[in-house]
Amino acid sequence: MEYVIEMNNIRKEFPGIVANDNITLQVKQGEIHALLGENGAGKSTLMNVLFGLYQPEKGEIKVRGKKVEVTDPNVANDLGIGMVHQHFMLVQTFTVTENIILGSEPVNKGTIDHRKAVKDVADISDRYGLKVDPNAKIEDISVGMQQRVEILKTLYRGANILIFDEPTAALTPQEIKELIQIMKNLINEGKSIILITHKLKEIMQVCDRCTVIRRGKGIGTVDVADSTENSLAEMMVGREVSFEVEKEAAKPKDNVLSIKDLHVEDARGIGVVNGLNLNVKAGEIIGVAGVDGNGQTELIEAITGLRQAKSGTINVSGKDITAFKPRKVTEAGVGHIPQDRHKHGLVLEFTVGENILLQTYYQKPYTKNGVLNYPKMYEKARELIEEYDVRTPNEKTMARSLSGGNQQKAIIAREVDRSPDLLIAAQPTRGLDVGAIEFIHRKLIEERDKGRAVLLVSLELDEVLNVSDRIAVIYEGEIVEIVNAKETDEKELGLLMAGGKKEAGEPK
Amino acid sequence: MTNMFKGKLFGIMIPLIAIGFGFLAGGIIMLISGNNPITGYVALIQGIFGDIYYFGETLQRMTPLIFSGLAVAFAFRTGLLNIGVEGQLIVGWFVSVLVGIVIEAPMIIHLPLAILGGALAGALWGFVPGVLKARFQVHEVIVTIMMNYIAMHVVNHFIRNYMLESGQRTAFINDSASLSSDYLSAITDFSRLHWGFLIAIAACFLMWFILWKTKKGFELRSVGYNKHASSYAGMNVNLNIILSMSVSGAFAGVGGAMVGLGTYNYANILPGFTNLGFDGIAVALLGSSTSIGIFLSAFLFGGLKEGANNMQGQAGVAPELVEIIIALIIFFVASSYLIRWIYSRVQSKKEGK
Repeated sequence: MEYVIEMNNIRKEFPGIVANDNITLQVKQGEIHALLGENGAGKSTLMNVLFGLYQPEKGEIKVRGKKVEVTDPNVANDLGIGMVHQHFMLVQTFTVTENIILGSEPVNKGTIDHRKAVKDVADISDRYGLKVDPNAKIEDISVGMQQRVEILKTLYRGANILIFDEPTAALTPQEIKELIQIMKNLINEGKSIILITHKLKEIMQVCDRCTVIRRGKGIGTVDVADSTENSLAEMMVGREVSFEVEKEAAKPKDNVLSIKDLHVEDARGIGVVNGLNLNVKAGEIIGVAGVDGNGQTELIEAITGLRQAKSGTINVSGKDITAFKPRKVTEAGVGHIPQDRHKHGLVLEFTVGENILLQTYYQKPYTKNGVLNYPKMYEKARELIEEYDVRTPNEKTMARSLSGGNQQKAIIAREVDRSPDLLIAAQPTRGLDVGAIEFIHRKLIEERDKGRAVLLVSLELDEVLNVSDRIAVIYEGEIVEIVNAKETDEKELGLLMAGGKKEAGEPK
Repeated sequence: MTNMFKGKLFGIMIPLIAIGFGFLAGGIIMLISGNNPITGYVALIQGIFGDIYYFGETLQRMTPLIFSGLAVAFAFRTGLLNIGVEGQLIVGWFVSVLVGIVIEAPMIIHLPLAILGGALAGALWGFVPGVLKARFQVHEVIVTIMMNYIAMHVVNHFIRNYMLESGQRTAFINDSASLSSDYLSAITDFSRLHWGFLIAIAACFLMWFILWKTKKGFELRSVGYNKHASSYAGMNVNLNIILSMSVSGAFAGVGGAMVGLGTYNYANILPGFTNLGFDGIAVALLGSSTSIGIFLSAFLFGGLKEGANNMQGQAGVAPELVEIIIALIIFFVASSYLIRWIYSRVQSKKEGK
């Protein structure tokens, strides 16, 4: 069997580290080949070597059996290698067609032949079932559509081998399903795909074979059909990993959070939370499941004081906090792990220590007469870094230079250490690898067992199912149903999330 | 660890390289215009250090530049571009002189009161764009630019109509409000060096202390880096914006007071902007918004402007060359990307050998 791509014994060094150490990746014609590894394992480096952005120190690259030197991305293009980047490279104010032809515009007598371009783009779109409107502006279309434009871009340039870099990170479950279909269409049309990911479920669903790398070293290539999620995870992490979150039955007590008839509008003044009712008791984890954009974000913002509720009441431990500002909400006993850790969770230019004290810096003993006591602050930070296993050179390192998992651990240390009555965790494991996810889930359950109320909002159904005690399904700004996590499954939740049971009446 | 060290070192290297390039380009310009760059630069350096009088004047020149640099940097740390330092400095100058003329009191009360007057005037001039930004999202750059013109014309109006003494200026301030120092003047061969220089050093320390050691400074920096995370953490973002602009304006106002109470002892009708405030932008940029950096770059710019006189007298080089060098230095700082690129090229070549 001939390989379309062979990367043999690739070694790539950066000052101080070996990013790729003797890695071999061989991709067959017409397969979806997964490249699996934790964050920072060296997946992106390897792909950038293939795409011509880096030159390897050792090793050879063969395309269709012929040895090649990929000196820059243009060479990769000519060889039929295309990359769908994780962060899209699109001009927001241009149309789909304009973005696609950018850099290789069809020219007719010195002017761009728009009609031909639109037709070409529409043809390719139809052929692979992408359903992209060639004349839509990028800023007007969804993230999922923008990704398809990226795919179209590579196809338009004649790519036969497509590299997908973490393609599902920003997509909704529905969009993921559609993307998987598109990948299958591409294979049927004779393309080959390399899928960079750390999501095991996706690999099991679509991939034929899987190459695992760990800390820059190639661990091996396996047939997905002969593997399980567990065996892949073990290869990736280097030890046994449990997906089943072990926990005892919840012992719920009194209501900590009670929301009554809450109405919240978004920035444009459109009602997105519409008469929502929800209670969370001490000692239980309530998971909020729903398709993105059904009011989850605004619900959290209303509870935490970042957005003013239109009407209704929010009670925490008997206190009406509906009109409270963020600081007073925090002081009323609410901890909040925000869904966007770079936007809300951290000041990236601050040190890890400063970030850990971001909610408490103004209290004694950290501030006295308006002057900060940095030694005390850093002493506390060191304590929490130790306790929560935040891997950082020291407490004075910039938060920006930490990996995503460790940044998240720093946030969790900050929020959980204040022992809030109510802990809100929004997408707490987004973009993290298996080890970090395990840690965070364990922490949430520990907090529950200490008698705190935990509200978990997540778009990952597995997470909601595994961690929660009860699951509240949100649809168009209302809780349409509350089910016991043990007595439900993905199928039922999926139906509820799509509004399937809205008429069934009030939540229990 | 090595990376962090590299980053810090680089922060210092870029201004130094930029200064080097600035002088190099200045030398080339001298060559083209038919002057000997070595003679020119020797004269320039002699014009700063060659005579104790020149040196005193250099310190006098850098005093308001320190304040305007601090003002720009303070706002910048909170993510705001205060282009209104010029106007804040002008109103600070005027109000401090006003207090110096109309009030009679012992020096221990009068002098601080006059400086405070300058600070409050500058703070008010910064407060207005701060409020407009916080409440109505009006961009501070536009408002502060307009406030500069308002400051100049309002001050000119008051001087022209109510306070004109002789020619274009007000009366002299009372001695009890003056920063002038016979002692400092005498040890520098009767330059105009005054006590304000020491106040400027104290101000450098004050800014460092506020930003890096106080709770408010923590919040101001946090808001400057990331508004969203700051409001999430319970900080009042809008209040911090207003506060930052006001404090920035106060620094500028005191800078104006230094000129009014120290250098001239009066205020005069301004035919145009003093440029002391605008130069503060360059000072802050070259000093990478740090107290020590601002002090050093204020010394550089103050010295260049002072030395330019001697350069003209001794070497016949037009003093405007200094302005070109300053502009080039700023150009090279602003294009630090270029310097980074050249630097990395040189590094990789070294490693290759």
